[in-house]
Amino acid sequence: MTAPTSLPWGPMARMTARRALTAVPVLLAVTLGVFAIAAASPFDPVRAYAGTAGLTASQENLDQLRHNLGVDQPLLTRWWDWLTGALSGDLGDSASLRAPVSQVIGERLGWSVLLCALAFALAVAAGTLLGVLAARRRGGVLDRAVTATAYVLEAAPPYWLGLLAVWLGALKLGVLPAGGLTDTGSDLVTAGQAARHLVLPVLVLAVSQLPWFVLYVRQGVADALAEDPVRGARARGLRERTVLRQHALRSGLLPVLTLIGSRVPELITGALLVETVFSWPGIAAATVQAATSVDFPLLAALTALATAAVLAGNLLSDLLYGLADPRVGFDG
Amino acid sequence: MASASTSAAPPQSRRGAGSRRALRLRICAGILAAVVLAVVLVPLLFPLDRQAVDLAAKLQPPSAAHPFGTDEVGRDLLLRCVYGLRVSLLVGVVAAVVATVIGTAVGALAGALGGWADRTVMRLVDLFSSVPHLLLGIFIVAMFRPGVWPVIVSVALTHWLSTARIVRAEVLSLRSRPHLDAALTGGASRWRVTTRHLLPAVLPQAALAAVLMVPHAIWHESALSFLGLGLPAHEASLGIMANAARSSLLAGDWWPTLFPGLFLVVPTLAVAGLAGAWRERLNPRRRSELML
Repeated sequence: MTAPTSLPWGPMARMTARRALTAVPVLLAVTLGVFAIAAASPFDPVRAYAGTAGLTASQENLDQLRHNLGVDQPLLTRWWDWLTGALSGDLGDSASLRAPVSQVIGERLGWSVLLCALAFALAVAAGTLLGVLAARRRGGVLDRAVTATAYVLEAAPPYWLGLLAVWLGALKLGVLPAGGLTDTGSDLVTAGQAARHLVLPVLVLAVSQLPWFVLYVRQGVADALAEDPVRGARARGLRERTVLRQHALRSGLLPVLTLIGSRVPELITGALLVETVFSWPGIAAATVQAATSVDFPLLAALTALATAAVLAGNLLSDLLYGLADPRVGFDG
Repeated sequence: MASASTSAAPPQSRRGAGSRRALRLRICAGILAAVVLAVVLVPLLFPLDRQAVDLAAKLQPPSAAHPFGTDEVGRDLLLRCVYGLRVSLLVGVVAAVVATVIGTAVGALAGALGGWADRTVMRLVDLFSSVPHLLLGIFIVAMFRPGVWPVIVSVALTHWLSTARIVRAEVLSLRSRPHLDAALTGGASRWRVTTRHLLPAVLPQAALAAVLMVPHAIWHESALSFLGLGLPAHEASLGIMANAARSSLLAGDWWPTLFPGLFLVVPTLAVAGLAGAWRERLNPRRRSELML
């Protein structure tokens, strides 16, 4: 596996620029869709804003509030106002967390990225290892055990795995904290505490992402092991290790690993559930809180953010794929 | 059987693998038959008294009287799980049918019309798939809560994409077949060609996609319900039960959490197993293909 002498920066940059341009209409459409769904729903931002005071307030007061909030404007106007505000960094105020949306995102995004990055790295590493081991002896005991476990984990909802992990790790073994970021009674976030509180959420999120990697790596490597170049290498009497590393892994593993960028939606889905189970102070748990209390400004901003993350993941995937397989190129 | 397969010599293990597959198929079919029988018959045989609270028998571990134990107000968990599966299954099936109808209509439309209509529709599919499904579902449910229909609509609206893609591809491959040329040159209208030739041909694919979608739809419903955004609390689906069990789990009682989850995982695996066998049968040469 010889590394290319220099990366094709030019085509890669052009592809990135093209994708950034096509991301603009997608983001516009998604945010407009979000506003349209909210406008079609029975949810009334004025009553939500006023809370219990809204039950006794006079109609004039409610109308005034409606005007102040800008809710009496047509859908497109409200969307445009939100959009221009967002471009200047003002995403509105979160009613449920009582802070500007941009501040909520700024405080929580880091924790989510930390959790997701660690879990993802663990899932890729463990998934590749188990997948290759399973593919080497297809139909063997290890292969059957790994495949069966992968199907079970694929079927199991992450929140359920999280709850079982809490029971096992925090209650039965009593070695790990069941949730949150710091120990009870402690306000200061120290690295040691955060690390201990990270273990269970990272493990559960990694396990929920693992089945896909294991099954695809197994599939890719096993198919590659049945291909002619591998048969040829074996016929030339090359060592099994050389055959596996230089031939089977290269054609079987690379395509799968380049696909990891397209797993962002599943990672977000997993994070939504895992952060909630473990009360992790991340952006996904905030999304669920925002949904529970119908906190529209926060929900709209987070939906746009998640869409941007998905598009970035797709771009990463295509860049890696173009690098791994020069026949594909960077035209997409 | 296990010792034969450890040798990993394909010619010897083939027969063992074949009989294992047949056994697996039978187990999967048996599980699904049991699930259907249970959700249909159990409510007839054991009508659930919603008020049957027995605080003296609360949170009992599994025993002969209560094979799955009892919940936090003393109700039998086995019975509650069957009822929960029934609710989840109803929501999942309705959502899967709605999603399949949307996906088939959209896919057939795009494939049959072609041109700008096709491009527009496929852009729409791309647009929908760039928002994480659970997040979109959470957003829709949050705005239209509470009730059963918001959950069904939210699951259906996030699940029609793959069906639309499958149906479109199928329609595109059908369009170049001679019998369609014959129908069109014979003066049949586009509508007639679509309803008489295209739709009947794609229905088997769409039906298979719908069956495969049911576990996924149930998974989604349970996740929404677990987050407190799904079904109303009196519609005790499996996700609602897992959510309600959280406080007793922290007190160390594992059974109210474990069993509702198993009721979700086991039927899902059975459906996946049957679908895998079905695909092997359609296309036996690519046996290694994933059943996902």
